[in-house]
Amino acid sequence: MGLKIIVLAKQVPDTRNVGKDAMKADGTVNRGALPAIFNPEDLNALEQALRLKDKYEGSTVSILTMGPGRAAEIIREGMYRGADGGILLTDRAFAGADTLATSYAIALAIKNMDYDLILAGRQAIDGDTAQVGPQVAEKLRIPQITYAESINSVEKKTVNVLRRLERGVETVESPLPCVVTVNGSAADCRPRNAKLLMKYKHAHTVTELQDSSEDYIDLTADRPYLKIKEVSAADVNADLNWTGLSGSPTKVKSIQNVVFQAKEARVLTADAYEIEELVKELIDNHTIG
Amino acid sequence: MANFYNDNPDLKFHLEHPLMQKIVELKERNFADKDKFDYAPVDFEDAMDSYDKVLEVVGEISGDIVAPNAESVDQEGPSIVNNEVVYAKGTQENLDALVKAGLMGITLPRKYEGLNFPIVPYIMAADMVSRADAGFVNIWGLQDCAETINEFANEEQKEKFLPRVCAGETMAMDLTEPDAGSDLQAVQLKATYNEEEDQWYLNGVKRFITNGDGHISLVLARSEGGNDGRGLSMFIYDRAEKAVTVRRIENKLGIKGSPTCELVFKNAKAELCGSRRMGLIKYVMALMNGARLGIAAQSVGISEAAYREGLTYAKERKQFGKAIIEFPAVYELLANMKAKLDASRTLLYETSRFVDVYKTYMHIMEERKLTPEERKEMKKYQKMADMFTPLAKGLGSEICNQLAYDSLQIHGGSGFMKDYPIERIYRDARITSIYEGTTQLQVVAAIRGVTTGGLLNVIRDYELQELRPELHSFRRTLIGMTEEYEHAVKTVVERKNPEFIDFHARRLVEMAGNIIMGYLLLLDTQRDNKFKNSTEIFLKSAKTENLARAEFIHGSNLEDMDAYKHDRV
Repeated sequence: MGLKIIVLAKQVPDTRNVGKDAMKADGTVNRGALPAIFNPEDLNALEQALRLKDKYEGSTVSILTMGPGRAAEIIREGMYRGADGGILLTDRAFAGADTLATSYAIALAIKNMDYDLILAGRQAIDGDTAQVGPQVAEKLRIPQITYAESINSVEKKTVNVLRRLERGVETVESPLPCVVTVNGSAADCRPRNAKLLMKYKHAHTVTELQDSSEDYIDLTADRPYLKIKEVSAADVNADLNWTGLSGSPTKVKSIQNVVFQAKEARVLTADAYEIEELVKELIDNHTIG
Repeated sequence: MANFYNDNPDLKFHLEHPLMQKIVELKERNFADKDKFDYAPVDFEDAMDSYDKVLEVVGEISGDIVAPNAESVDQEGPSIVNNEVVYAKGTQENLDALVKAGLMGITLPRKYEGLNFPIVPYIMAADMVSRADAGFVNIWGLQDCAETINEFANEEQKEKFLPRVCAGETMAMDLTEPDAGSDLQAVQLKATYNEEEDQWYLNGVKRFITNGDGHISLVLARSEGGNDGRGLSMFIYDRAEKAVTVRRIENKLGIKGSPTCELVFKNAKAELCGSRRMGLIKYVMALMNGARLGIAAQSVGISEAAYREGLTYAKERKQFGKAIIEFPAVYELLANMKAKLDASRTLLYETSRFVDVYKTYMHIMEERKLTPEERKEMKKYQKMADMFTPLAKGLGSEICNQLAYDSLQIHGGSGFMKDYPIERIYRDARITSIYEGTTQLQVVAAIRGVTTGGLLNVIRDYELQELRPELHSFRRTLIGMTEEYEHAVKTVVERKNPEFIDFHARRLVEMAGNIIMGYLLLLDTQRDNKFKNSTEIFLKSAKTENLARAEFIHGSNLEDMDAYKHDRV
């Protein structure tokens, strides 16, 4: 039984090691100062997809990402780890999209694809909204399972998933097709594989190959698997009122700069008294409660 | 979120050495694999880009997985469960990650599912893994035993064993025994041939075997009568035979994650590798040369870790109102550490390149006849590789111990506690100058290059290399050191007394080594000025060290040796 799995992945600025120049004066992210990376929880989702591919012979894993031309790197990164290929959803008309416009475009692209299961990271580290996965499911009118920690099995067109919740875990089932968003507590993604890396480093989109500022070796004529497909707004018949900035009701009103003040570190011993004192103090200063 | 490749641009610098063009073209046989394997490079730039990208993966695994596991691996160590070695949890995680990343069988040909990388990028990977955890690099790095199978085993054996190594099986080389350590001619493990079954059987004990319970082992055993090295042959033992008992795992000072085993072979079926009687005199020599280069890489990796730990601590630690790195006693230590680190690394990669050229010619020779020029070149590089390998291992491991010592010293009392990684690094460093031949044995291997003038010829070649005018003064220093070295060699050799040569051998080898490392640093500076500081600092201390050695040699007489002999002291 081969599964057709789509992994939604996003190229994000690495916000985990933020330096002084991470934000511009106008309050937007200074993308130039932060390296572009594979959104961490999307890597957790990819690992779940690859495990299913290992388990169910004949399965395929395809990466779907929306972004500028350089986001093709995310598809290659996925292929280095075992994905079979991917689609780059790219168009000027998609620029400036919030979660609603993003899920609109992604859902349209998926409608043209054949799939059993859609996996995505719980949320991206740039916006932390956790909305795109669920919105895609709603737009496709298929079930969704969020906070997945592991996909236990897919048998008889039913997926069995362990969810990580605030106060424990639960195991749920859903008919296929469905959307599963994967938690950061799930297994780390496998490393890039040397042979796959050397094979797929030559995979490019047409736009990349036409870019005269880069000197790529074009092997796509003899090796069709090296073509990364680009899909535009027109290709998915998108209504431009629903894409990009015009399709995004989210408006940023203001951005505040929060400065964490480093205070003196304290070392506590693990006895009941000190712990109780700490809990009291944290409740008093509203850190918890 | 550390990447040991990206955070150390010196690696890429050494990867991009001009000789790599030749090495890659030879190794890739003019890119003949490009239409047969989808991961083979199409040209030189493509190949170099592949090494760069794959090393970045190694750097990521080293920084994100292996290094964070090092402390728990050191504490937990391996154990024996149901007669099998079970690695520490972290060790297994490290190995799984490297296997999944396809980083086994890095140098093996593609037809056996290897990556067909030259030795230089492989050694670079070992350099990084060792920086992360010197004990772990032993288990992963034993994949270079597969090179011995690739060189000397028959085709059937290659097809049987090599793809298994590429798929992630680990290896071991079973050489030493309780009474055969440095002196391998004394190996007693018995190999008997059963003619009816057309089968070899091994019986006996091996001791101090790193990763002794690996999947595939190369075993040195006595297949013939007599008691010398010519009665020894090499065998391949497959763990699936289940005929070897792991009697114990040694409790060691350092590299505690690496299982050092005592093995008992009981009627263990094994396959002869290559020809009978060639076990020690040919195969072990090849195996050891590969392993020595591996230890040289391990040493440089440990040196890198020690230097970084020392530097970080010296910047953070404040005493008398300022960071201790501000004090001359500390910044001088650190500058010398950096110079020695750079010196041992450049020697490591020069040696690796020599090995690459000659080994690749050797493999090409199996496919076709070499032209007279190629044959000449192979001989030249083989000679240089043979001279340089004991230098890289001997001097590199001594430098690594020195750096670990100095780094711990910078840490002061905190370094003596288990709280900082330097305590583990210090213990791990200690073995490098002992196993795969002690420093004293590396000197025995290297002294021939001194007495025959081979090393001097290499030095003379370096002397002729083009340099920017502002670097000429360094060369003048090195020419002066070379004259002094020649004079010292002459003084020793002219006595025509072998014991006198042995007595001064280490001094002479170290003098040659200092000159060679000095030249290599200078040539690195010619390519990239960032090495100028290390060149200057290295030459300052190398010059005075050599002077002291020369002084000792010139003031030494044959009869002086008597005073050192134990029964006279």
